[in-house]
Amino acid sequence: MSDYNFAYLDEQTKQMIRRAILKGLAIPGYQVPFASREMPMPYGWGTGGVQVSAATLTPDDTMKVIDQGADDTTNAVSIRKFFEKTAGVATTEATAEASVIQTRHRIPEETLREDQILVYQVPIPEPLRFLEPSEVETRKMHSLEEYGLMHVKLYEDIARHGAIATAYAYPVKVEGRYVMDPSPIPKFDNPKLEMAAIQLFGAGREQRIYAVPPYTQVVSLDFEDFPFEASKADHPCDLCGAEDSYLDEVIMDDAGTRMFVCSDTDYCAGRRAAGHVGAQGVSTQEEDAA
Amino acid sequence: MTPLLKVQGIEKRYGARIGCRDVSFDLYPGEVMGIVGESGSGKSTLLNCLAGILTPDTGEVLFEMRDGAVKDTVTMSEPERRMLSRTDWAFVHQHARDGLRMNVSAGGNVGERLMAVGARHYGHIRDEAIDWLGRVEINESRVDDRPTAFSGGMQQRLQIARNLVTGPRLVFMDEPTGGLDVSVQARLLDLLRGLVREMGLSAIIVTHDLAVVRLLADRLMVMKDGHVVESGLTDQVLDDPQHAYTQLLVSSVLQV
Repeated sequence: MSDYNFAYLDEQTKQMIRRAILKGLAIPGYQVPFASREMPMPYGWGTGGVQVSAATLTPDDTMKVIDQGADDTTNAVSIRKFFEKTAGVATTEATAEASVIQTRHRIPEETLREDQILVYQVPIPEPLRFLEPSEVETRKMHSLEEYGLMHVKLYEDIARHGAIATAYAYPVKVEGRYVMDPSPIPKFDNPKLEMAAIQLFGAGREQRIYAVPPYTQVVSLDFEDFPFEASKADHPCDLCGAEDSYLDEVIMDDAGTRMFVCSDTDYCAGRRAAGHVGAQGVSTQEEDAA
Repeated sequence: MTPLLKVQGIEKRYGARIGCRDVSFDLYPGEVMGIVGESGSGKSTLLNCLAGILTPDTGEVLFEMRDGAVKDTVTMSEPERRMLSRTDWAFVHQHARDGLRMNVSAGGNVGERLMAVGARHYGHIRDEAIDWLGRVEINESRVDDRPTAFSGGMQQRLQIARNLVTGPRLVFMDEPTGGLDVSVQARLLDLLRGLVREMGLSAIIVTHDLAVVRLLADRLMVMKDGHVVESGLTDQVLDDPQHAYTQLLVSSVLQV
């Protein structure tokens, strides 16, 4: 342990955040204001998610942090280290072993269980923001369930691009009531929002917390003649051969060569360890031998 | 026939100053009421009170709903009033920028009200939007252009289309021709007159331009210092003004 209070925040702050989380769980999709604290990292690096995680963690928890699906990118590594240092909790890269998962912009490929909590980092919690700049007005629209404007955004997409071009932060309606921004996850992940785990969303700069309880109905907005489609790159993973996972496109050289790999590094590594090999992959057994 | 809108004793003060005071009138279905007066006479305050944008200090605004029930729009709940303002009411602003979403295409602007009342079929929404653009003489090819690319007159016509798409029964207009050059004004007035007659709209038009009310309004109210000083049939008031201020107003118009 260290000289920090457990998980960095003081106990009063954690209580305050827990109250906001409970309120958020009681009203799925509703943005609960909370007194966001200054964290030792810049806004945009997940200050909201970190505060929610800090209020959620217990000393027995095992934590996993992912950034765009990967466990080994700057954001994920630094937040994982932050909690190792301030909370002394065990950390892992394996989705199945984690009890609290903080994520930036992805939902893990592996199906989550009832005893897990998924914490999202949210940059802009208000789905109506880009069409209605006034916070007073958007709150009124939420309270009166005036969501026509959300469809104006989708209409504009189709008018301009011929299809709903919104590929991430795709608006959803939670339990038939609140329209919610699922944070910038790819719309491929939207169907996974109906899951067994608790989902908590923290926006530090905007000072909002919202939540989706387990098994809550989450519907992606669409038009009758332009239904919602969870899209991904039409390609199998080049490392593990998975055809059902969300892919990152990696540019290999300046001659147009590219490869598609799973954005979920743990999922990809697990499949390769189990012997799956993609078009450009090398089986892990061979890697070990080399 | 029962009145569509019954206004009784409306008063609005801004602190000690009077916005408008003691205004009462009835508006019948299909009737167009003009409100004229100089700047600061309280006509816009009155219009905003009637349209639920401002809350009057005293008085009643009784509106006959589609089901025949008469409701006071001042005391009705906010959701109900907001529902009215995107279905049965329309508000045409003087500056099209106040009434349009400038960063949304013309089609999206017209479709917004439809989507607000639950339309969820893109093809139908778009067809309806194109139909309405045609009715306000905007070419179909401009449906995906943003209003920023439109001229002032086109913006104003787009605003009218956006407001009328849900088939409202009562239209509030605040200087709809203000800031447009005379030939564009004439075209807009012609269009408005056609739409009002064709759809059987009731309308309340606030303006300081007597030519506008002469063309559009059946009845006229003349306001000065927050009071209604004269009212009656438009031609009667304009051709035989009784009040000294109305006489001044009528004689101030340049005869070309």
